[in-house]
Amino acid sequence: MGILANIFFALLLIIGFGYFTINVKKLIRNIKLGQDVNRSDNSSERWKNMAMIALGQSKMVKRPVSGFLHIIVYVGFVIINIELLEIIIDGLFSTHRVFKFMGGLYDVLIGSFEILAFLVLVAVIIFWIRRNVTKLKRFASSDLNGKPRNDANYILYFEVVLMSLFLLMNAADLHLQNLPEVFGHYEKAGSFPISQFLTPIFDGMSTQLVFMLERTFWWLHIIGILIFLNYLYFSKHLHILLAFPNTYFADLNAKGKFDNLESVTKEVKLMMDPNADPFAAQPVDENAVPSKFGASDVMDLNWVQLLNAYTCTECGRCTSACPANQTGKKLSPRKIMMDTRDRLEEVGRNIDKNKGVFVPDNVSLLNNYITAEELWACTSCNACVEECPVNISPLSIIMDMRRFLVMEESAAPQSLNAMMTNIENNGAPWQYNQMDRLNWKDEQ
Amino acid sequence: MSEVLNVPTMAEMLAQGKQPEVLFWVGCAGSFDDRAKRITKAFVRILNRANVEFAVLGTEESCTGDPAKRAGNEFLFQMQAMMNIEVLNAYEAKKIVTACPHCFNTLKNEYPELGGKYEVIHHTEFLKSLLDSGRLTIEGGQFKGKRITFHDPCYLGRANNIYEAPRDLIQKLDAELVEMKRSKANGLCCGAGGAQMFKDAEKGNKEINIERTEDALETKPDIIAAGCPFCNTMMTDGVKNKEKEAEVKVLDIAELIANAQDL
Repeated sequence: MGILANIFFALLLIIGFGYFTINVKKLIRNIKLGQDVNRSDNSSERWKNMAMIALGQSKMVKRPVSGFLHIIVYVGFVIINIELLEIIIDGLFSTHRVFKFMGGLYDVLIGSFEILAFLVLVAVIIFWIRRNVTKLKRFASSDLNGKPRNDANYILYFEVVLMSLFLLMNAADLHLQNLPEVFGHYEKAGSFPISQFLTPIFDGMSTQLVFMLERTFWWLHIIGILIFLNYLYFSKHLHILLAFPNTYFADLNAKGKFDNLESVTKEVKLMMDPNADPFAAQPVDENAVPSKFGASDVMDLNWVQLLNAYTCTECGRCTSACPANQTGKKLSPRKIMMDTRDRLEEVGRNIDKNKGVFVPDNVSLLNNYITAEELWACTSCNACVEECPVNISPLSIIMDMRRFLVMEESAAPQSLNAMMTNIENNGAPWQYNQMDRLNWKDEQ
Repeated sequence: MSEVLNVPTMAEMLAQGKQPEVLFWVGCAGSFDDRAKRITKAFVRILNRANVEFAVLGTEESCTGDPAKRAGNEFLFQMQAMMNIEVLNAYEAKKIVTACPHCFNTLKNEYPELGGKYEVIHHTEFLKSLLDSGRLTIEGGQFKGKRITFHDPCYLGRANNIYEAPRDLIQKLDAELVEMKRSKANGLCCGAGGAQMFKDAEKGNKEINIERTEDALETKPDIIAAGCPFCNTMMTDGVKNKEKEAEVKVLDIAELIANAQDL
């Protein structure tokens, strides 16, 4: 390869990684639009969670079939990317399989890449069948209508193309390596347990043609990887990166513990303090933004909830475990996450367009994306949180939005208002006198 | 039979200069709901039998605020919490037992930050500790060999990871514990949580308690055991809906233990 090819390759890398970096920065900026929440405590337990759940896939295998197939694709993805390093060096310096100096180890590496690539192909095909032929309920769901369903399939097609190119590239390489005389720099290197069965397709072709094909596969493979990398940001597939921070920053408390709003605590304490002077002038902070109770838009959520939204890969395990969804209600925890992400992206585009400031657009997460009907259908049972393979909490978003409906808009269903009035008046959700609380003792 | 339940209040205890071993938090359902009151009484009978020195707050108890918080009314929740905490702290409560997983979860997890720090235990855990320490003995008696399935309350199970205490108790009755296809961490909600108990369900094609009752009935149980007054109501309604109330009883774990003792 000439120097021109090397320069072209370097440019390709710069564009590929550069554009990706720009989008990652955007992603971080959007996540930081969320409210602050402290998740810097307990780092040892957080690392452990990340190791077990993201790296170790411990929650994936709860559903054994998809869990096992996913582990193949995941291991394949991680391991085969070691090969990327060699591809980059070869591309920049016109070397051929630069790691071949490792000898036996190199054979083992390339051999295992090939076997993994083949297994990934098989797994991806089964994934495709589950989505498009057997149509599992959680994939057939209307949550995924339109772009999300196509997105999921594009990812699968990408994987098929990349794995096929990888194997074809190796097969052509092997064909050139096996020529009676050494052709160019195609010296013997690596073992090819899978692609050796593909070499017959090159029989009868001229050496030059096979060489051209090998180069084509090689280039398409690396270009494909760069396109895939840059497609991530625009797809549901960011989980391959974000699963790690997401499991690290996830809530460590018992699932039943919902946060106590500090802003409310302050007010309630003031109300209950007999020494507080209700007419005393409050210290005035000119810049203070009036606090809002609960969330009606993405900026009211905390940054971990926004990270959750970008991490969600729309697998739908949450929705399939949701009692409300199973009984035909509109609520789908997956849709809560997708809506949050879509709205956050919309806000992000608004900021891009308006030179770094968000210009109010009369749209909000509540109503425009998520309806009150969905929010009121939740039983807060935590099944969605339990199911999520990467510790996303749709429930915390649902609760924050209910808080807005009740505390800012007084928009609770009538029967719940009655329940709350009872609690206020007589300390029980039903209309019974507080003074009758111990009557049960003497009733027969 | 006119029964005499010994139910001292914290106020009476204080007047005698005594601090009970444990405060029994009865909860709104346990105090007012006719079905749940039977659970409360069954639990008291066991406490009396085991000579546990306990006390209730009586008229000084008020809703923990759980349904208000889950409905989104954080103000009302925190007001209830602070009032209850003032009362509990005034009595210097250390250990609280309750038969309601919602009260249990709120007292245990959400009160500490607001100044209410207690050791909070669910009645199934407490009953197990009574058995383990030998203060209470049970023989299977009428439940020997009966098929009993346990419905995990969300706020006991997933919310607080307590799965074994109620099951251990069922097995101590020499009963046959049969698991539903969805149990423990995978258990399906009864439909009452998150303040749903107090409102109609949104439009759908089925009620959640029916879906769950079907899970339970699939195990061909003699008894559906519950550990929560709200689950109990939902499952009882579900069994009635399926017209199975003659064959299948819905009972709280405390009732099982009390009945086994003929209390």
